[in-house]
Amino acid sequence: MTTNGTLVALDKVTRLYRMGDVEVQALRQVSTTIQEGEFVAVMGSSGSGKSTLMNILGCLDRPTSGRYLLWERDVSRLGRADLAEIRNQTLGFVFQNFNLLARTSALENVELPLIYGGLASRKRHRRATEALQRVGLGDRMDHHPNQLSGGQQQRVAIARAIVSDPRLILADEPTGNLDSRTTAEIMGLFAELNQAKMTIVLVTHEVDVAAYASRILWMKDGQVVLDQPHTPSTPLVLSHPDGDQDPGRPEPPSPPDRSTDGSIASLAAQQAHT
Amino acid sequence: MNLLMVFKVALRALLRNKMRSFLTLLGIIIGVSAVIAMVAIGQGAQKRVEDTFSSMGSNLIIVRSGSHGAGGARGGVGSRLTLTWTDLEAIQTELSSVQVAAPVLQTRAQLLSELDNWNTQVLGTSPEYFLIRSWSMASGSVFTQADVEGATQTAVLGQTVVDELFGANYDPVGQAIRINNVPFLVTGVLEEKGQSQWGEDFDDVVLVPYSTYRARISGGLQQYIPGSIFVAATDPDDTSRTELELTQLLRERHSIAELAEEDFSVHNLTEMAEAQQEGTRTFTMLLASIAAVSLLVGGIGIMNIMLVSVTERTREIGLRMAVGARPTDILAQFLVESLTLSIVGGLLGVAIGISAAHLLSKQYGWSLYIPPDIVIIAVLFSALVGVLFGLYPARKAAKLDPIEALRYE
Ligand SMILES: Nc1ncnc2c1ncn2[C@@H]1O[C@H](COP(=O)(O)OP(=O)(O)OP(=O)(O)O)[C@@H](O)[C@H]1O
Ligand SMILES: [Mg+2]
Repeated sequence: MTTNGTLVALDKVTRLYRMGDVEVQALRQVSTTIQEGEFVAVMGSSGSGKSTLMNILGCLDRPTSGRYLLWERDVSRLGRADLAEIRNQTLGFVFQNFNLLARTSALENVELPLIYGGLASRKRHRRATEALQRVGLGDRMDHHPNQLSGGQQQRVAIARAIVSDPRLILADEPTGNLDSRTTAEIMGLFAELNQAKMTIVLVTHEVDVAAYASRILWMKDGQVVLDQPHTPSTPLVLSHPDGDQDPGRPEPPSPPDRSTDGSIASLAAQQAHT
Repeated sequence: MNLLMVFKVALRALLRNKMRSFLTLLGIIIGVSAVIAMVAIGQGAQKRVEDTFSSMGSNLIIVRSGSHGAGGARGGVGSRLTLTWTDLEAIQTELSSVQVAAPVLQTRAQLLSELDNWNTQVLGTSPEYFLIRSWSMASGSVFTQADVEGATQTAVLGQTVVDELFGANYDPVGQAIRINNVPFLVTGVLEEKGQSQWGEDFDDVVLVPYSTYRARISGGLQQYIPGSIFVAATDPDDTSRTELELTQLLRERHSIAELAEEDFSVHNLTEMAEAQQEGTRTFTMLLASIAAVSLLVGGIGIMNIMLVSVTERTREIGLRMAVGARPTDILAQFLVESLTLSIVGGLLGVAIGISAAHLLSKQYGWSLYIPPDIVIIAVLFSALVGVLFGLYPARKAAKLDPIEALRYE
């Protein structure tokens, strides 16, 4: 793993949601940096602000206050058209529910970002084919989403995310809809991409998934309460971020293989079931 | 994203819901074809009026017995004979603004040839009449002033009469026919003129000297003209002066007091043509605006379907935005979709409208005129409808928040 520059720099990023008279602080003064080549797993209980953070990182949303430097450019005050261009050129998205266009072939789904990037048809075709081959779907290019398994659909989505050779891939619970074997396949793919120097930020509730990452961020109430490096593909043991219990919920039995009592891992294991 | 790509995406989206797109198209098709057909028929009618009157001659003035007023008990035009033969003479000799004048007496009569018989219109007139109508001969010649004076039994036939009595492509000059059993010598055949405005057939006529007409076909009182006087003004651009002079002359001759109503009427054909045209124009406008309303309804159909489409494709829009579609790209996509609908509908509507107009004209014998610019205007107008009614849904799509759109169920 190489780190050769700061890709993301968040400076006191706050995101407020106002619903009538009620204000929700989805993010509170989050400051952190992500280096190129990092593989970050964002964890935390439901409602802790993970998706909000991802939306801001993904330039789909803007912070209420604070600054966001992406690749040394301040993107926190850009307009919608500029943000669209940044998403197109610099970012790749992978969603929990794949979000492929129905009745559209895998190849055309992957070509979509390139269309908005203004690439000529032949170039588009070539790069989309390469991306699909890279995710192991070279033989499924003409298939429509309803002819593909969940894992294959997510591969198409990953191909779409990497096709324009982005700086940063953002994946919000990419394995949330997949079984454990497919999850392992997809995570293997992410690990491969990361080894090829792709920067990845991924939200997950599962310790097994987070274990592929090189760094773990734990969020609670809109703040990053734990930021811990990790050696990818080793068992994940996290130091305790005080009191991240969910008091209203009865504790489900921990799986025997990961019952490291009092560690965040067991806590995360519980959340994976919520 | 270039325009060709936008168009491709739009076309795919439309083809995805073929039935729905077709039904939306139908609204525009009906609107545009109605506009085209209505305008074609209306313009046809107007042009026919124009042609008829121009073929009648723009310097033509018609003088008739009876008053202008059509009101109640007074009796309208021609209800009482007031024009005399000396009136005609006076018109011919005393007025410098009158080029020529001719009496026109008409009735229907049974015609007979060696081969066949035919019921048609008989006009008793003078050779000047052919000048006034600017009618020329296909063969033979017009009867002469000498024929009028001698009340000879000579006749000029229209083409339809020739066809009916002798068969097509036959030259009957020199042949004899019988009108109400009186023998007449055919001296000439009129050039074919086709149908006129009110469906009268100027080819279905036989013309004889008025003197012969009075002596042999329909007599009447000696002194009065049992018909009207056709007058050609010297200056076609100043027919109103001729009218004025005619009126003055006849008032004097008929000893009509200063403010009293005239016992004759003077019609300027240009005025009649204009009145006629005004009528058809209003009618055309009315038809066209009804048709335009249906086009508007078609536009509302487009708007409706586009709104449904935007709602249905909210997630797709969110995804497109996430991978880099700018709001303008989304706007363009939906606008091009509604434009495609409306332009395709417009083109099909033009085609169907023209065919419908042709069909109707064949069925009912209406004449048609399709002004070339109406086709362009119709397509442009339906494109405008597409933009106007597509703009709101397209803006709605472009304004979507990508996060919410992606989350939309
Ligand atoms: N559009 C919104 N309007 C109002 N409040 C919102 C909105 N989106 C998120 N929130 C609130 O912000 C907080 C953080 O939400 P967020 O979706 O980031 O949580 P999360 O960590 O992704 O949760 P999960 O693990 O369930 O996906 C929550 O309290 C949520 O209710
Ligand atoms: Mg979330």
